[in-house]
Amino acid sequence: MDFLRPASWEEALAAKAEHPSAVPIAGGTDVMVEINFDHRRPDYLLDLTRIGDLYEWEAGAEQVRLGAAVPYTQIMEHLRGELPGLALAAHTVGSPQIRNRGSVGGNLGAASPAGDCHPALLAAGAEVEAQSVRGTRLIPVDDFFTGVKRNALAPDELIRAVRIVKAAGPQQFSKVGTRNAMVIAVCAFGLALHPTERTVKTGIGSAAPTPVRAKVAEDFLTAALDEGGFWDSGKVITPSIARQFAELASGACNPIDDVRGTAAYRRHAVAVMARRTLGWAWESYRATADSTKGGAPRCA
Amino acid sequence: MRVNMTVNGRPQEADDVWEGESLLYVLRERFGLPGSKNACEQGECGSCTVRLDGVPVCACLVAAGQAQSRDVVTVEGLADFAKQRSTPCGGHGPGPDAGDATGGGAGRADRADGLAPGISISDAQHWQAKPAESASPELAPVQQAFIDAGAVQCGFCTPGLLVAADELLERTSEPSDADIREALSGNLCRCTGYETILDAVRLAAARASEGA
Repeated sequence: MDFLRPASWEEALAAKAEHPSAVPIAGGTDVMVEINFDHRRPDYLLDLTRIGDLYEWEAGAEQVRLGAAVPYTQIMEHLRGELPGLALAAHTVGSPQIRNRGSVGGNLGAASPAGDCHPALLAAGAEVEAQSVRGTRLIPVDDFFTGVKRNALAPDELIRAVRIVKAAGPQQFSKVGTRNAMVIAVCAFGLALHPTERTVKTGIGSAAPTPVRAKVAEDFLTAALDEGGFWDSGKVITPSIARQFAELASGACNPIDDVRGTAAYRRHAVAVMARRTLGWAWESYRATADSTKGGAPRCA
Repeated sequence: MRVNMTVNGRPQEADDVWEGESLLYVLRERFGLPGSKNACEQGECGSCTVRLDGVPVCACLVAAGQAQSRDVVTVEGLADFAKQRSTPCGGHGPGPDAGDATGGGAGRADRADGLAPGISISDAQHWQAKPAESASPELAPVQQAFIDAGAVQCGFCTPGLLVAADELLERTSEPSDADIREALSGNLCRCTGYETILDAVRLAAARASEGA
């Protein structure tokens, strides 16, 4: 095994081009587990922790360009306003020690169906900035996951950053597990309201071979909110709409039975999380809609 | 490969380090610092928690080469680390103001005051279990609180908990129970002595605010 220590991003891309089998390592929270347990013996480890650019982010007008190695702790502390769904998801990752090291770039690189970031990225809308010595390409996160622990990166590509749409409305994230910390999701659900476009987007984790959006549920809800005039009136979403949305979200799952839960449980839990996250997000939307209209504060 | 780093204020060097080796292995087997414990090797248990450039991390998930030129504090150096932090002129450690609000790297611990905290390798190698002497000056406040609260049972999880708890008290002087539970959520105690561990952290926090 060789340990490659590029001092700059250009050196890292050159090293990856020369050694396409090199395994990139930043926080090490996935890669080191595989090495410690002898599940993986890469010929080359490509250490990215010396590349300062990967640990920075820029908040533009429409997007946040999040460096691939920005730890979850930083996202929770500094990007909750711009990326509320991702900040909520980041807070459910592992433990403080893990969140101090792990990053969205690593989550995407591992491409586990249970990765906590993925539902939040799918719901918010994001592009993965993949770079190689050949150039840069932006891969929509919807097209990024190609199979269980497989992604759309070419062998010579590295993830430089993730470009995530800044939240224009409330976002929510929910995850089922046996305790609050150190849990791999049994299943997870992300939801983002996009009031400007008057759409709702979702992401489902750990209930299909890859993270997926519940597109049929999104289309139904977007149409129902539009027809009912909910965006303008800010009234409570009727239970029948919420129920239908939840059932359609459950229908987007293609889960398996495994040690963490059964397929039937996952389908059920995704429906519950879809209904709840919609309720929480819509309550926030109503509260902001009320205050921008100068309405009286609502009683609890 | 050769790896150099600063451990508990002292420069350390290891040769013939395997490229897939963890920082934890280097600390325990090459530097003779067995305080950080090796248990799950997958970041689940927190027994190997150390400070890497001031940040609490699982040493089992840091590749040795990633610690090159970095600053590591282990439980063996915790007393000196805490002492240095509480000395007004020694404020060079990665304290609460070391965070970088604009993003970017974590604060580095610069030992600009020339102190060399930490115990020597030979002391660590010849360390023997014996009852703590009363009012021992060698303990960090959080360590004394763990003893006084009876928070040590088998002791295997204790080093990781001490490092995590010390970091919590460094950034939060009056932590709520929720703060304590969250800060220690990555540390497992298989004796399940969690209640006394929480007591110990509350005790250390109370003593610190009395002394302040």
